[in-house]
Amino acid sequence: MPQETGQRIPILELKEVRKVYQMGSISVEALRGITFTVKQGEYVSIMGPSGCGKSTLLNLLGCLDRPTTGIYKLGGQDIAKLNDDELSAIRGERIGFIFQSYQLIQQLTVVENIELPLFYQGWPEEKSREVSVRLAERVGLSHRLDHKPQELSGGQQQRVAIARALANDPIVIFADEATGNLDSSSGSEVLEIFDDLHRQGKTLVSITHDSGVAQRAERIVRLKDGEVESDKKVDKSMVEA
Amino acid sequence: MPAAPISFSNIKRLFRLGVKSLWLHKLRSLLTALGMVFGVSSVIAMLAIGEGASYEAQEEIKKMGRENILIYSQKPTQDEQQTQGRSSFVLEYGLTFKDVSRIHSTINGIRVVAPAREIQEYVHFQGNRVDTQILATVPWYAEMRNRDVIKGRFFNQIEMDNKWNVCALDESVAKDLFPLTDPISKTVRVGENYYRVVGVLADYSSSEDEEEDSESQVSGATNIGRMYIPIATAQAQFGETLVKRRSGSIEAEKVELHEVTVKVADMDMAVGTAMAIRTLLEKTHNKEDFKIVVPVELLETAKRTQRIFSIVLGSIAAISLIVGGIGIMNIMLATVTERTREIGVRRALGARQNDIVLQFLIETVILAGVGGLIGVGLGITIPFAVTFFANMKTVITPLTPIIAFGISALVGIGFGIYPAMRAAKMDPVEALRHE
Repeated sequence: MPQETGQRIPILELKEVRKVYQMGSISVEALRGITFTVKQGEYVSIMGPSGCGKSTLLNLLGCLDRPTTGIYKLGGQDIAKLNDDELSAIRGERIGFIFQSYQLIQQLTVVENIELPLFYQGWPEEKSREVSVRLAERVGLSHRLDHKPQELSGGQQQRVAIARALANDPIVIFADEATGNLDSSSGSEVLEIFDDLHRQGKTLVSITHDSGVAQRAERIVRLKDGEVESDKKVDKSMVEA
Repeated sequence: MPAAPISFSNIKRLFRLGVKSLWLHKLRSLLTALGMVFGVSSVIAMLAIGEGASYEAQEEIKKMGRENILIYSQKPTQDEQQTQGRSSFVLEYGLTFKDVSRIHSTINGIRVVAPAREIQEYVHFQGNRVDTQILATVPWYAEMRNRDVIKGRFFNQIEMDNKWNVCALDESVAKDLFPLTDPISKTVRVGENYYRVVGVLADYSSSEDEEEDSESQVSGATNIGRMYIPIATAQAQFGETLVKRRSGSIEAEKVELHEVTVKVADMDMAVGTAMAIRTLLEKTHNKEDFKIVVPVELLETAKRTQRIFSIVLGSIAAISLIVGGIGIMNIMLATVTERTREIGVRRALGARQNDIVLQFLIETVILAGVGGLIGVGLGITIPFAVTFFANMKTVITPLTPIIAFGISALVGIGFGIYPAMRAAKMDPVEALRHE
């Protein structure tokens, strides 16, 4: 079992993070001073109604974008000062993404999709193939290695995406509405994998508007109008009830 | 630590992935590559045809002899107007034996002079009658004009000195006169004289080259086979006045020599010597009744023409290559837009901008390269087809296919760089959200 939250290393640190979009002459403040920390091994849900800045926050957390002001540190490294190539390197080495619409590459097979992050890490082909096959087995798709994404069900595709997110052994995994496109049984399959990853000590940040999904985490950060509305631990006894 | 070092094995994988992506849209890729196919094949085919045409012309000129200067008698233009309607007038013009000896004695560096005169007559053998041009000349004429003796020999000095009635025939004349038998040692009749055939010469192949043009201006006859007799024999038998049959009227002309071939020791001397001969002849000829042709000069002109020809054809082909390149660029831009989300995903998974550039550039190069290869194949085939069906000579210089293929790959890179850059410059956030 993971240690007490307080003693673990912080993976994500946000201090007064603001993001302002310039739309013509109007500037829109999507995030207005977000401050929170995610520690190693934590399973955090970020919740909120649409338009609250969830997507903007995810883009920042995932190093796809930089904050306008404020400090964001991922694994102790300040993101604001990095250039495009360095951000790519950070994404490739430290981050795993799981998207709502799976985002698999259609012309590649299951195993090729899984090994894609390793390709950009410059791994030799045999080694990355070996890792990918193992990961495919882990998400229960060893019999579908050479299938194309469109030959798989939604649940299977999302499991490929999870395997892909794990390929580079990231320090944090971001799931963006990972169950949003799935029926309830494949959805719960995916959530079980998340629980599993959490038990293995992976740091997970799940962004969702579904409170049922959010309750699976140990902690929920609620956003409203670009600010943190609440940041509470989930009372597991209430969920069971 | 760099995200993905650009190594050979990575490039190899990118090529494989590129082929996969292109294979996903087979028809589109094929149609796109077609632009390149036709671009490259037209470069090769056009240059081969151009090269072939000029090669043939240059060969013809070379046959005239690079060390030769050809002087032709030419009917003066002014006199021609005067003689219209006065058919009994005997026109006297052209080169004379005096000219030849004058050239021989005054101008240095001349090795051989071959005077010749033309007489148009019918040649008979048994029942066959062939209209020919009888060329009375010297024994070394054939060698000097690079004419191949395919049967027997040309007449020799002894026959010349003794004014014997011997002759050599052009192949076409020989075929018409002797369709079934061997002409050697047969006797043919011209007017009241009989000549023994001693040899057959290969036909002068082309009818379009400049020498033939200039000759036909002089003699008024085109594409007519020749019979060669010793000039001494001709003088004894034909005299110096010629009666020419022309449509409707009869013209009498007195021409001593119709052509004189002068051989210089070195081809570099040809142009200068020709000028000296012109000056010399102008002193004694008060009318412009001769014409000097220098094959070396013609060769230069032909080469210049070829250069222009090559430039024009090359430009047309280059334009078609550019059009092919634009086609590829167009499709790649559409592809990039279509695959925006894929680009976003790749970026999210750690691809740097350079990785994206490389990916799309490689796809473009594959399209252009495969198109180029097929184009080389087609481009080499077309000249053979042209040679086969149109009976035109074509020359594929070994460098052209290599250059054409190289250019196609360069065009691929050149026109691929912009779409690839556009793909790489996309904002990953926007790209991921793209529908």
